[in-house]
Amino acid sequence: MNMMSEAAVEKALDRKMNAVPFKMIGKDVSVYYGEKRALFDVNLNVRENTVTALIGPSGCGKSTFLRTLNRMNDTIDNCRVTGKITLDEDDIYDPNIDVVELRARVGMVFQKPNPFPKSIYENVSYGPRIHGLARSKADFDQIVEQSLQKAGLWNEVKDRLHEPGTGLSGGQQQRLCIARAVAVSPEVILMDEPCSALDPIATAKVEELIHELRANFTIVIVTHSMQQAARVSQRTAMFHLGNLVEENDTDKMFTNPDDQRTQDYIMGRFG
Amino acid sequence: MSMNTSLILLLILIIGFAAYLAGRSRALATSNGKLSVLHSLPGYHGTYAAICTIVPAVIVLAVWAVAAPAYIDSSVRGALPETVLSQGAATTELALGQVKSVANGLTLLDDAELAALENGSANLRDALAAKGVPLAGDGEAYMVKAATHFNAMTSTSRIVMAAVVFLIAVAGAVFALRGISAPFRARNQVERVMLWTLMLASSIAILTTIGIVGSMLSEAIRFFNSVSPVSFFFGTVWDPRFAAAGSEATQGQFGLLPLLSGTLYIAFVAMLFAVPIGLFAAIYMSEYARPAVRSIAKPLLEILAGIPTIVYGFFALVTVGPFLRDISAQMNGLITGNYVSFIQAQSVLTAGIVMGIMLIPFVSSLSDDIITQVPRALRDGSLGLGATRSETIKKVVLPAALPGIVGALLLTASRAVGETMIVVLAAGVAARMQLNPFEAMTTVTVKIVNQLTGDLEFNSPQTLVAFALGITLFCITLCLNIYALYIVRKYREQYE
Repeated sequence: MNMMSEAAVEKALDRKMNAVPFKMIGKDVSVYYGEKRALFDVNLNVRENTVTALIGPSGCGKSTFLRTLNRMNDTIDNCRVTGKITLDEDDIYDPNIDVVELRARVGMVFQKPNPFPKSIYENVSYGPRIHGLARSKADFDQIVEQSLQKAGLWNEVKDRLHEPGTGLSGGQQQRLCIARAVAVSPEVILMDEPCSALDPIATAKVEELIHELRANFTIVIVTHSMQQAARVSQRTAMFHLGNLVEENDTDKMFTNPDDQRTQDYIMGRFG
Repeated sequence: MSMNTSLILLLILIIGFAAYLAGRSRALATSNGKLSVLHSLPGYHGTYAAICTIVPAVIVLAVWAVAAPAYIDSSVRGALPETVLSQGAATTELALGQVKSVANGLTLLDDAELAALENGSANLRDALAAKGVPLAGDGEAYMVKAATHFNAMTSTSRIVMAAVVFLIAVAGAVFALRGISAPFRARNQVERVMLWTLMLASSIAILTTIGIVGSMLSEAIRFFNSVSPVSFFFGTVWDPRFAAAGSEATQGQFGLLPLLSGTLYIAFVAMLFAVPIGLFAAIYMSEYARPAVRSIAKPLLEILAGIPTIVYGFFALVTVGPFLRDISAQMNGLITGNYVSFIQAQSVLTAGIVMGIMLIPFVSSLSDDIITQVPRALRDGSLGLGATRSETIKKVVLPAALPGIVGALLLTASRAVGETMIVVLAAGVAARMQLNPFEAMTTVTVKIVNQLTGDLEFNSPQTLVAFALGITLFCITLCLNIYALYIVRKYREQYE
């Protein structure tokens, strides 16, 4: 068995991964900002309970693609999306779909920690409150505690839940934002370079957290750090100039990519 | 030999320009073709020479132009006959004025006419009238002598002034040009002069404010000498009773409270009207409007801010007031059958509504700036959690912007308190304390206008009270502004 050829290993891995069902399917997704086209017919699927990393040089369209997954691009003027994206069979760009409900199912964590200028408790209970997920104070307390625990922040903040969230350190703020997203019980969590504003120790904590969250959520993460993609993800997609270059298992991607451009980027020849 | 001040000024500037050119070429010559040996570029050496030429000369010119006439006046005044001087300051000034017009006229007469005047064969008034110089009374003999004296001093002063100023200008130029050398730090010197110029400009603005406050304060103190501050600040009756000229028999009552309550009531009604509309407009502009709509609608809204307030006053007087009166009559008639209006044309409501309209652009423009300052990341965070736009605005954007908005509202309130023309036309002049918004009330600013309108002497409490009112109003708006700026600044720090 351990004499298995490289090709056989790949096949085994593919089979393993292929067994995981798709959570979101993107078909021929193109995005235009006014006249400028930012994404060219991207076909990319996101597997359930998997961390999918989107990598590529700056301006390659990876964040743009991420934001199409919960229609955050809608908030940008002159942005137009074509193609089809489904979440569990539902076309998310269908005119009948409720964006509010979609964003409750597909949560988002941003590049810079952006806690609301409210208390830690209110930050976490914000989502459940607007979606009516809880009624009594006890329910809210429970959601807040569970979410903060899932985000690995509970022990650090349990004694100061009513202090402002903006008073936490950068890494704590980002984990608070993750707790805030988790509190709505989304199915998918999108993360747009969640560690780019954090120091290495805070980054390690967030990466560990992503690893744990995978058990309950489907995660799509945009990252600039190749090491981070290798550490946290199972699948990796490489974007270049608005095109999807390659999508593969992370292990294969970083050892033996199919596409020359991926290899060059990973080796640091451009970027 | 009439060398007037503007000609002197022009010549100084020409000398200054020459000094600039000379300084530049001298610096160039010093460098021997290698600019890098100079500490400062040749242009700076030239500018320095020009500054040394122009600035001291102009300062002396300005001081001379102010001081010399004062000195000449006092000298001529001293030479007037005892009979004139003994009649008091007013008569002396009148005589001095006449002497000056005689002096002006004398320069137009030729030698023969002057001789005729001196031997008494010609009438001074007729002689001057022939030259187009009217004289208030028949000229007296001493006037010609004093006028001649005046003319002589004036022309001497002019000649000496011109000479001194030119000397200073040339001396400044020579001093600067001799000082030019490669290591000389002309650039730093020019920089220092720039700094002083800028400081001078800002201190003029500040000193003017201090001067205004000082003059108001000194007049207000004169008022408080005849009326006690307690009866002014806590008095509930406003009845200044204009006394007949000269008689000090009746003194009115100067209670501030009816005016202050009217001011605050009208400002409150105006804010009640302006705040929701202005705030909603700001939210629409900053959060919902497409860029194309915003680029048209925002300037249109801000045009409102550019309309002179007297025009709003007309609007209140001619349109809003009668409209409210008529519609209240209709409503009353429909309900009770009695077609009597219960809203007066001049009322708190009229003034408040129109002032509110005036304030809308202030509220919306200031709040718009503050709402736009709330980082986009906060909106994204809320939208990303599935909040709708209005939930995001209500629960995240507005709370984050609240301190700034409160500051903006305080600034607007201080404008409402100080507003004059709208209330003069729309609020009425009845100084009373009451709560019915449909009746007329009056404000501090209206009473300031009332007390200062007409032909007045500034020595009775009836007019001096305007300064006490003014300084009170100034203090109120100043406190509001300081508090508002404090809040706005504190809010700014949150995102920096």
